[in-house]
Amino acid sequence: MGFHLPKNFFVTGEPMIYVADVLSVLTIAGIVFVLTYYKKWKWLWDEWLTTVDHKKIGIMYLISSLLMLFRGGIDGLLMRTQLALPNLHILDAEHYNQIFTAHGTIMIFFMAMPFIFGLMNVAVPLQIGARDVAFPYLNAVSFWLFFAGCMLFNIAFMIGGAPDAGWTNYTPLAGSDLAPGPGINYYLLSLQISGIGSLMTGINFLVTILKMRAPGMTLMRMPMFTWSVLITSIIIIFAFPVLTVALALLTIDRLFGSHFFTIAGGGEPMMWANLFWIWGHPEVYIVVLPAFGIFSEVISTFARKRLFGYGAMVYSMVVISAVSFLTWVHHFFTMGAGPAVNSFFSISTMAIAIPTGVKVFNWLFTLYKGRIEFTTPMLWAVGFIPTFLIGGLTGVMLAVAPADYQYHNSYFLISHFHYVLVGGTVFGCLAGLYYWWPKMFGFKLDERQGKWAFWLFNIGFNVCFFPQYFVGLMGMTRRMYTYPEGLGWTPYNFISTVGAYMMGVGFLIMVYNILYSVRHGERDLTGDIWNGRTLEWSISSPAPHYNFARIPEVDDLDAWWHMKQRKRKQPWELRPLKPIHMPNNSGRPFIMSIWFFIAGFGLVFEWYWMGIIGLLGVLYCMLKRSFEYDDHHYIQVDEIERTESAAGRA
Amino acid sequence: MAEHALQTHGKSTEKSALPLEYSTEESRLKIFGFWVFLGAEIVLFASLFATYLVLAGRTAGGPTAKELFEVKDFMMETIILLTSSFTCGLGTLALRNRSKGGILFWYIVTLLLGLSFIGLEVTEFIHYVGEGATIQRSAFLSGFFILVGTHGAHVSLGILWMTLILIQLIQRGVTAATARRVFIVGLYWHFLDVVWIFIFTLVYLMGVAY
Repeated sequence: MGFHLPKNFFVTGEPMIYVADVLSVLTIAGIVFVLTYYKKWKWLWDEWLTTVDHKKIGIMYLISSLLMLFRGGIDGLLMRTQLALPNLHILDAEHYNQIFTAHGTIMIFFMAMPFIFGLMNVAVPLQIGARDVAFPYLNAVSFWLFFAGCMLFNIAFMIGGAPDAGWTNYTPLAGSDLAPGPGINYYLLSLQISGIGSLMTGINFLVTILKMRAPGMTLMRMPMFTWSVLITSIIIIFAFPVLTVALALLTIDRLFGSHFFTIAGGGEPMMWANLFWIWGHPEVYIVVLPAFGIFSEVISTFARKRLFGYGAMVYSMVVISAVSFLTWVHHFFTMGAGPAVNSFFSISTMAIAIPTGVKVFNWLFTLYKGRIEFTTPMLWAVGFIPTFLIGGLTGVMLAVAPADYQYHNSYFLISHFHYVLVGGTVFGCLAGLYYWWPKMFGFKLDERQGKWAFWLFNIGFNVCFFPQYFVGLMGMTRRMYTYPEGLGWTPYNFISTVGAYMMGVGFLIMVYNILYSVRHGERDLTGDIWNGRTLEWSISSPAPHYNFARIPEVDDLDAWWHMKQRKRKQPWELRPLKPIHMPNNSGRPFIMSIWFFIAGFGLVFEWYWMGIIGLLGVLYCMLKRSFEYDDHHYIQVDEIERTESAAGRA
Repeated sequence: MAEHALQTHGKSTEKSALPLEYSTEESRLKIFGFWVFLGAEIVLFASLFATYLVLAGRTAGGPTAKELFEVKDFMMETIILLTSSFTCGLGTLALRNRSKGGILFWYIVTLLLGLSFIGLEVTEFIHYVGEGATIQRSAFLSGFFILVGTHGAHVSLGILWMTLILIQLIQRGVTAATARRVFIVGLYWHFLDVVWIFIFTLVYLMGVAY
């Protein structure tokens, strides 16, 4: 129970960490100063920290994940810098291990997922004609749990020491014998906290989509992005509890000396790999299917055509989600599971290429004979097709179990998953960001800068990762922190590093674009700046907090497109306004996440008293919620009228 | 207190044929959401069961399931917990009759049975630890304590939760909002019984059989 301060509580002896310390302190001081100087504390609390509005929660997700894209990107650039030339010693081996662990973990858990969740939050209720998600309070809890987990993970490298066993955190390497100290505990507890939030998001969106669609919107009239979120929610609900269990068992092994993963007491280290990948492989589809949904929206909007093969798109997603649970062993073909097991998982893995191929062809056929308009979101969507094709084909190569003995853990693999995850998810996230930006903020991001950013990022991406296929086939394995001269790897690595920096520049242009467009961006006065097809474009930008003054009635796919064609007002558009029921803001989700953070921080250092205090705080917040009955209010008709007419609507 | 729908979509909010706990849109959403949550709980327990079954034979020279488990003890726990599910069901029946007294009576009986189950389980665990069968002794025991302990923790949380809801029931009477809470905690309780049936079969019965 005692209070043992580790010798190296504040990590010392590493110049880069001192720099990070200084920068962190300056950032926090800067934020505090700005908020105080402009007297914005109350605004921050009332408008953001306590909000239960799905659109604002979505924006908070997006801000956090862009920051994490920055941090994960810096980690990536550090690695690429270290590998640019042979025998460099910018980083030592241990520091390098910590950086690739942070890069992988942050990009998957704290960048890709929250980015997707952000876009889900912004778009899904609007696309289905709903006024909010099913459980707005829970939605805020989900966000703040993600945020608490994210912060807990991010302080690791300054306080106590960062995890260094890779983002897959394999045992026994991550066990207490080989990795004592708080590093791995940080990994386990921060993912546990944010994982609970992810599970709740999955439940929330499943219920929202199944139960809160506008009248007439049958399942087969739902926009494709909403479909992809529905499928993703189902995968989340089935996959995340497995991660919860895996993380909990390893935490108990490390903190209380049980033997789930230690051979000494009869445990089974490979069980970690199994549990991790039973969650981990579906996770790939959790982040990529919504990106597919975004591409479907963007491509059909800017090709000015109905999506080709809508039904096939839906069924292929259903098949992908089911098969995604039957492929996890391909992550460790070389562990010695035997030919029968490897064959099964080899075939199931390749099978995923079929529905995925169906989707790609459907996008191409949607483009065929379309009146294509190359806006920035469209560029990201079209740019995705070749990159994903390269990633997908090399994925089939990796799925061949015997050949995988050659590619295993090489840069070929690294290149493959960056091609699918960056070329799929990140391109999708950015397409979605540019696409829905006007809906979130009421102005468009600058197109010219957007195109510059796209081309720099896209070319940089290919320059960075394409050479890695070759250097991988030449034998360079992942997680190497340096390599000797004379292996023929140097030019490939150097080119790769150049590409990484191009991506970095592309990212900076995107950030500049945001700052520039706040002032100079084209204002969205109609609410339908792209001439869109789905319901979110039928309301003003930014959307009023109640979303729809009147709940629309839907009679076809691409509902808003058809409404625009008809020109005549529909009966539901003429109905009188009624008071709208809205949930109250609450500070409790934010406060609860602080208790979670305290509990997590205590357990990281095995200060059980602190862990117990934190958990009691969490329990108390839940108790208060249980006793809460008056948690909603009504927006009166005159206020709706005022808001609507201010937005130029009758 | 009327809890109105988040949005009615033109569907009628009040349907007289529906039981009280389903009478508002908010309640319907929350009950459905809780069913989905139970789906996730099934996956959670399935993972723990899988882990336990992998590790069940790995005693590392320590005590085996057959040496530890007492048929009389786990039969007792099982009967008590299954009975509590029955009394909880009677509580739901009382809810359908909108009888505050009936709900209170049967849910308090359920609580007492739940408490005695937890009491027996804690005694069982203390007994094992006294014999040197701790979580650190072997992989089998790690799996056992975590699987059965997770269930026990769920039951304990259920007892706490049910108590809070009964307090609200006393304060507010049988309303649409309290009815939903009573109903949902009942769902949770039945779910824990279903999980126990698997523990009874896969852990205890198989443990003493082989």
